Amino acid sequence: MREFFRTLMHRLAALFQRHRMEDDLDEELRSHLEMAVEANVSKGMSVEDARREALRSFGGVEQTKELYRDQRGLPMIETTVQDLRFGLRMFRRDPGFSILAMLCLTLGIGANAAVFSWVEGILFRPYPAVSHQERLLALTGTARGEAGHTGLSWPDFVDLQRSCTLFDSFFVSQITGTTLSIGDRAERTTGSIVSDNYFDAIGVRPILGRGFEPGEDIGRNAHPVTVISYQLWKGHFNGDPQIIGKTQRLNGVLHTIVGVAPQGFYGTFVGWGMQFWVPVSMEEVFGAGGYKLEDRGARWIEAYARLKPGVTIEQAQNEISSVAKRLETDYPATNRGRNVKLWALWQTPFNNAGTLLPTLEIMLAVVVFVLLIACANVGNLLLVRSFARRHEMTVRLAIGAGRGRIVKQLFSEALILSAFGAVGGLLVAHWCRHALVLLFPARGGVSMHLPGEIDWRVLLLSAGVCLLATLLLGLVPAMQTNKIDLAGALKADSAGVVGSRGRGWVRSSLVVVQVSLSFVLLVGAGLLMQSLQKIRGSSPGFSTREVMFTAVDLVSAGYDAQRAQNFQDQLLDRVKALPGVESAVFARMTPLSYGSFSSTPISVDGYEVPPEERSTVEYNEVGPNYLATMGIPLVSGREFTRADDERAAPVAIVNATMAAQFWRGRNPIGERVQVKGRWMQVVGLAKDSKYRSVRETAKPFFYVPGRQNFTVGAALFIRTPLRPETVAVALAREVHALDASLSPYELITLQEQVDRSTSPQLVAVTLVGVLGALALLLAVIGLYGVMAYAVSQSTRELGLRMALGAGAANLVQLVLSRGLALMAGGVLLGAVVSVTLTRLLGKLLYHVSPRDPRAFGAAFAVMTIATLVACLIPAWRATRTDPAEALRD
Amino acid sequence: MPSSKSEVLQGTLDLLVLKTLDSLGPMHGFGIALRIQQVSKDLLQLNQGTLYPALLRLQQRGWIASKWGVSENNRKAKYYSLTRAGHKQLDEEVESWGRMSTMINRVLRTS
Repeated sequence: MREFFRTLMHRLAALFQRHRMEDDLDEELRSHLEMAVEANVSKGMSVEDARREALRSFGGVEQTKELYRDQRGLPMIETTVQDLRFGLRMFRRDPGFSILAMLCLTLGIGANAAVFSWVEGILFRPYPAVSHQERLLALTGTARGEAGHTGLSWPDFVDLQRSCTLFDSFFVSQITGTTLSIGDRAERTTGSIVSDNYFDAIGVRPILGRGFEPGEDIGRNAHPVTVISYQLWKGHFNGDPQIIGKTQRLNGVLHTIVGVAPQGFYGTFVGWGMQFWVPVSMEEVFGAGGYKLEDRGARWIEAYARLKPGVTIEQAQNEISSVAKRLETDYPATNRGRNVKLWALWQTPFNNAGTLLPTLEIMLAVVVFVLLIACANVGNLLLVRSFARRHEMTVRLAIGAGRGRIVKQLFSEALILSAFGAVGGLLVAHWCRHALVLLFPARGGVSMHLPGEIDWRVLLLSAGVCLLATLLLGLVPAMQTNKIDLAGALKADSAGVVGSRGRGWVRSSLVVVQVSLSFVLLVGAGLLMQSLQKIRGSSPGFSTREVMFTAVDLVSAGYDAQRAQNFQDQLLDRVKALPGVESAVFARMTPLSYGSFSSTPISVDGYEVPPEERSTVEYNEVGPNYLATMGIPLVSGREFTRADDERAAPVAIVNATMAAQFWRGRNPIGERVQVKGRWMQVVGLAKDSKYRSVRETAKPFFYVPGRQNFTVGAALFIRTPLRPETVAVALAREVHALDASLSPYELITLQEQVDRSTSPQLVAVTLVGVLGALALLLAVIGLYGVMAYAVSQSTRELGLRMALGAGAANLVQLVLSRGLALMAGGVLLGAVVSVTLTRLLGKLLYHVSPRDPRAFGAAFAVMTIATLVACLIPAWRATRTDPAEALRD
Repeated sequence: MPSSKSEVLQGTLDLLVLKTLDSLGPMHGFGIALRIQQVSKDLLQLNQGTLYPALLRLQQRGWIASKWGVSENNRKAKYYSLTRAGHKQLDEEVESWGRMSTMINRVLRTS
């Protein structure tokens, strides 16, 4: 063994001192021969005989040297280096081919690397600086018989934390926001409401000050402390080294800054970078909807847990479920039918991991397609070259190169191409790191934070892709070497025929594969496009045109309930008086936004909640004439009026699904419903509309008058035929007139809100569309290449046909029919593949069948046009054949 | 005519080289080749060239070392000498060769 390593070291060392060792060897052998000559001369031979005899008994100087060299270095490596050098030389001689091939591979590998980096940075390791993310899990509530998820309530969370033993830690990280004035302008800033163990649990140490201390998440508004982000510290506080202990007003409450988070830590929310953190005890200041820490029915928390090492997610889920079961028995009013579910980080159903997961899953498949198409293209180019190089290969075989050696040479060349492609691809991925953000509109002037992450795992995967490409590329030309026969090589190229099935079949089948793969992508893009149209075109149950909304952040400005109420009343009067405004109303929650509606267990006279059903229903706090302003039809009864205030009897408006569920279709008007211990009289019945997502199914929902359930945070809805920009100017003026320190947020239409809430679908369409177009382009290049080559190789046949009287039209027809035949094969194959694969789009499709004939038809049409374009130039060339010249050759 | 000279058995060349260096002390390639042919009474057919890859192999394994020197005729030549590991290796190979030839002789005699 020791000898083996010693030998290996010697051989390795020899690789780097070839020249010196070569000189050494020359000298040693020369001295040997001369000694032999001298010895022979001294035996009495003539000098010539002595030399001849010396050489004879030595037995071949060059062979000895060759043997010696094999023993000296590492022949494997040396020949590989030789092959690579030779390959590089070949590519330099043919730069057009090399650049085209490398460009194709750069696109193919780059698309893969970019998507890998997004998957890594958004799904697998979304939280830079957080330790052991592989053991991090997301937690949500689930409700029996209902798809989707809810948050957790604080009391449930505390019980889980206390009762579970298989976890290192549980922590809360709930997104919130405030308005900070940065310089002279106010900016919306995102932050997190967290449990007191947050910074310890994620293993992040503040660079200044401290994290939160045990007990700081207990007590109503008891601990106004905050940890700020590095960016906020640098930007807003100019990197003040004395920052610890200073105060900052957040949502009207003075908070003491106790810590500064390290650079590169953005919190734990996929999509937005967090700028500040406050303990759960301050929840009431940030979350609208009142004090929730003692309310088991208020499910507002997004939570995470870290497993102990070695614990599986199944074991952990069992433990969690048994605790949830106990809570169900102990607190039936709030917890009946409720469970808690664990999710691997990449499956996190909330934040933007949830919205992007289906898109990224599809993208992983799509980029594999793009890679295959790119490889097929380059493979085709290599094949053309291998025909051109047949002479070279034959000569090498004839002078004694082994077939293995030639195959090795071909794979080396493929490796060079894919290595360049990989480097280019990683550059592409690096440039595309932040590309996803561009597809999402900035909200309230703040853009999202969705960085790709190029770490060693991404590099490793990209290297794997590169090797895969090498194999694919090397394979075809390598198989072709079997066909080289030494005798045939001396003969001139035999003439081909345009329609022949001869040796072009490999290239043709590559093109068929390309066409079929890009057909699949086109079908996918078509389906997604239709789905997006359906989503954006479907009625959400409220008017999307002529209704716009905005908000004034009274919470951050420190308004109390009384001042806020006065402000809202006055602003409403002023807005209604604006020319062109038909109506206006305040409501707490905006439909289709990320925040959560209030929810509560309810009871209804004469309705026994079945044991399997939950009675928790979501509701919104709205002002007078909300339904009319929003364009939600009122089926019967009345809207809220100004008279429904805190002094009047509590009332509610229910939606159709709620009426059907709780009153079994009877007219609910005049009935009673108990909400948080208060009985409310139902005065109106509204049609269903969409509340949290355009894609949700109908669910029970009700409205209560804002006046009877007042919250400071509320959105202002305005119905007007005017453009939002026009209204925004007037609105800002009115707000300023009331309080010069305030300005409204961006004013957008409800259509814009629908569009924004469906932007993940737009992202999917855009990405699949872009890559589909890319794939189509590559396929067209491939098709063109095959047709152009076929025409150039069959001039004799074309000439013959012309001489026999074929007109230009016949020749064009000949070429086109060949091209269309290839396409038809590809489309057929692609259609079969599509039918099985488009089901994968399921989660992204909305009211569109994965086998929608229109998508298939459109893809077919696009493919046909592309094929005709690709065949045009070869067909024109065919008509330019000179019969006399072609036949003479 | 059947060849009266034997080809050098695979693997025995190493042993011959080690033994030669053991008895001659430091020696150059030509000297080693000459010595092997003389001692074997020219019964061994040795292409002198094949000696050099063998010398390199022994060197890589650390059994011999080489150094440039000057020959008796004032010629520059590379001298090889046994290392400590080489001595040990020679002892082992001589012993195993002995065992092997005894065994083969016994087999040949009994059948």
